[in-house]
Amino acid sequence: MSETETTIMKNIQVSANGAPRTIESLDPVFTVSGLSVFYGAYEAVRGVDLTIGNREITAMIGPSGCGKSTVLRCFNRMNDLIPGARAVGQILYHDEDLYGDHVDPIEVRRRIGMVFQKPNPFPKSIYDNIAYGPRVNGMKGKVDDLVEEALTRAALWDEVKDKLKQNALSLSGGQQQRLCIARAIAVKPEVILMDEPCSALDPIATTKIEDLMQELARDYTIVIVTHNMQQAARVSHRTAFFTAEVDEKGERHGRLVEYDETSRIFTNPSDKRTEDYITGRFG
Amino acid sequence: MAMRDSATASGTPSSLARSRPRHGEAIIKAVLLLAALVSVATTIGIVVSLVEPTIGFFAQISVVEFFTSTEWGPLFEPPSYGVLPLVSATLITTGIAVLVAVPLGLAAAVYLSEYADPRVRKFCKPALEVLAGIPTVVFGFFALSFVTPLLRGILPFEIEIFNALSAGLVVGFMIIPIVASLSEDAMSAVPAGLREGSYALGASKMVTSLRVVLPAAFSGIVAAVILAISRGAGETMIVYMAGGGQPNFTLDIGKAMQTMAAFIAQAGSGDVPVGTVDYNTIFAVGSLLFVMTLVMNFVSARLVRKFREVYE
Amino acid sequence: MAVLSTPRSAVQLAGKGQPLREHVFRIALISSLAIAFVFLAALLTYVLVEGWPRLDSRLWENMPSIRNPEIAGAQSAITGTLWVISLTAVLTLPTGVAAAIYLEEYADKTRWWNRVIEVNIQNLASVPSIVYGILGLGIIARSFGLGFSVITAAITLGLLVLPVVIIASRESIRAVPPSIREGSLALGATQWQTISRQVLPAAIPGIATGSILALSRAIGEAAPLLMLGAVSFIRFNPDGVMASYTVLPIQIFNWISQSREGFHYLAAAAIVVLLAILLLMNSAAIWLRNRYQKRW
Repeated sequence: MSETETTIMKNIQVSANGAPRTIESLDPVFTVSGLSVFYGAYEAVRGVDLTIGNREITAMIGPSGCGKSTVLRCFNRMNDLIPGARAVGQILYHDEDLYGDHVDPIEVRRRIGMVFQKPNPFPKSIYDNIAYGPRVNGMKGKVDDLVEEALTRAALWDEVKDKLKQNALSLSGGQQQRLCIARAIAVKPEVILMDEPCSALDPIATTKIEDLMQELARDYTIVIVTHNMQQAARVSHRTAFFTAEVDEKGERHGRLVEYDETSRIFTNPSDKRTEDYITGRFG
Repeated sequence: MAMRDSATASGTPSSLARSRPRHGEAIIKAVLLLAALVSVATTIGIVVSLVEPTIGFFAQISVVEFFTSTEWGPLFEPPSYGVLPLVSATLITTGIAVLVAVPLGLAAAVYLSEYADPRVRKFCKPALEVLAGIPTVVFGFFALSFVTPLLRGILPFEIEIFNALSAGLVVGFMIIPIVASLSEDAMSAVPAGLREGSYALGASKMVTSLRVVLPAAFSGIVAAVILAISRGAGETMIVYMAGGGQPNFTLDIGKAMQTMAAFIAQAGSGDVPVGTVDYNTIFAVGSLLFVMTLVMNFVSARLVRKFREVYE
Repeated sequence: MAVLSTPRSAVQLAGKGQPLREHVFRIALISSLAIAFVFLAALLTYVLVEGWPRLDSRLWENMPSIRNPEIAGAQSAITGTLWVISLTAVLTLPTGVAAAIYLEEYADKTRWWNRVIEVNIQNLASVPSIVYGILGLGIIARSFGLGFSVITAAITLGLLVLPVVIIASRESIRAVPPSIREGSLALGATQWQTISRQVLPAAIPGIATGSILALSRAIGEAAPLLMLGAVSFIRFNPDGVMASYTVLPIQIFNWISQSREGFHYLAAAAIVVLLAILLLMNSAAIWLRNRYQKRW
């Protein structure tokens, strides 16, 4: 085991023994061990160990190309859609191997929702956007109620209740992103993955999404990738810092450097590289 | 589509295994693949339909006679099977067509790509495409009843009612859009930086178009021209209606000539008994035409890929 | 693509030797384009002038006649065209769209068979139409035993325009942004649910436009049908897919081959009808394209 990995393991121990800000102490939803992700022969992410706690907000930060989005996309097996992509190592979802032979990626994505960098509402009505997930999943219950519930939870109901039949693309960028969150909530997932959800939004819309995340964290486990350190500091309970390392062959690999409670990462990081990054000294 | 059970919607973790089989997905993929394979079956069908009668033909007629005799008259008594008159007629009419289409089409492309302002281009491009959308039987009618009498009135040499000149000219106009639109694509793909570099050196628009843009787009233009030649060589109705049905081994463009495609149309529309040499003749000529156009298409596709690689 | 346009002032600054040559070049370019348009205008005007006097209800109410151009009409050819094209659409549109979906959404491009399918479609798109006549004659009419019937014509024309349908459909499927697919899949939709409920509805306008253009090509096609029995003298409307038939372009061809002058005008009148149908279809295609232009 390399020095970095030892450090990481130690840090996880520390976090687990310390008192996380959440009500429950770390009750793992995902347990990642030795995860490497390959695109063809290229190893984009190497040897990640990480535990994501239930009903917590976990932020993944780091410079671009550090593999944070790649790791995120392993949690709902969206990487399966990229030809040549392959994950090595283990990700346990509760006690089940996410990449086990018996696992159906479609079933996985029903439990683990995702919100993307650029709002991507379907070119349909607001109502149909929300109703789509429950419909394709054959969920029982009245669709109207599901739509209202999801929009309410995403703090969008009051703004759109009178125009549910309008095309979703007529909404503003921030509204579109909240619609996408509502769309994810509507299938009643346990986890919501967010891949830089605010990077295409203005500051006011960003604030709304951040407030919403805090609200949702009472019922959902949220993992967010962000390149905005302030955002990670504001919203998350735990933060994982990734960086890109160049190996002896000159290839870049994403590595997890440090994982800890957010407050500790931002005030008292144990790794020099984390400190350099959060203080803006990152080259 | 059958939906899965929603027992897990409450969020209670249960197995991530497929809760209900989804055979539908696999069946759909198979059906879609089958549809894609129809195109492969078409090619196989074309080859199969050509090969057997062609072999039958060459079992009776020597390859040497087919390719060297200058006499074509399978339906005459005694029959003769030299394909050269058909090939020469095809080359001549296609040659005339190329002489019309390449200068006009290329000039139109240079104008649209380098000179015309966007509004003009927006109108001209689809208007030019109209030429490509006109049924060939209409071109044939126009060639026979308008262009031929016109040529007979103004040209000093003798022109028969059916002649290669009129057929070739009209085929040329038909393939202008192919030359123009593909060449224009190739020229538009030339990076603006190259033009800017040329202008920065004080070159005029004409010099930039001719010395910078045209050479840079050369492989794309050649691809367009080859594709246009292939289309011209395979064109049937115009050459059949305006060029006539007599095989003539001559260079006189004022005379009637029968191209390969026109022969296939003429012989194929008669009632020829299956299995006879006459029937097989259609397929032998068809094979030759198919191979010729196939080679041209391959070369053209190669070149298009090349210019795409360079600039995209 | 917007290219540079030289500002006027720059032209004025140009050396004294340049302008004349530049002008001549520019005029030569414009004239080339103009020649093509003059040809098109001459063709349309000629057809219209020749056909107009004979363009009346006799054309669609009467059956063809060999002897008397005065009472001859093209009813059997018009209904024949409708039969053949409807059947062509039924056969080729689902096949073409399905093949396009396979190639865009399912095919793994690294597999050799998928590359074979792609190259094959490209090549088929430029096989001369008369060669399809050979396919129709040798395989569909004879080997399949379908004879010279509406169905043989429809299958042959269907295969002829299949590459056009596939290529156009692929383009509009490809134009649907990947983020829509990701959004759907991330909600636990299956691949087919994603395609049928998100990708296809978004791609339909483009597919429809391409399909109309493909069918209008089939309507004007004559060469392959010459070999498939359409030249026979047909004085009745088809009553089924196995019926004998003729189509408008072939009827026009037949009339042009007649020596009597009356048939010449009749042919021109029928061409006007054919062009009007094509104009209508193309306008519909353009309208569709403009009405439902990409919304993202």
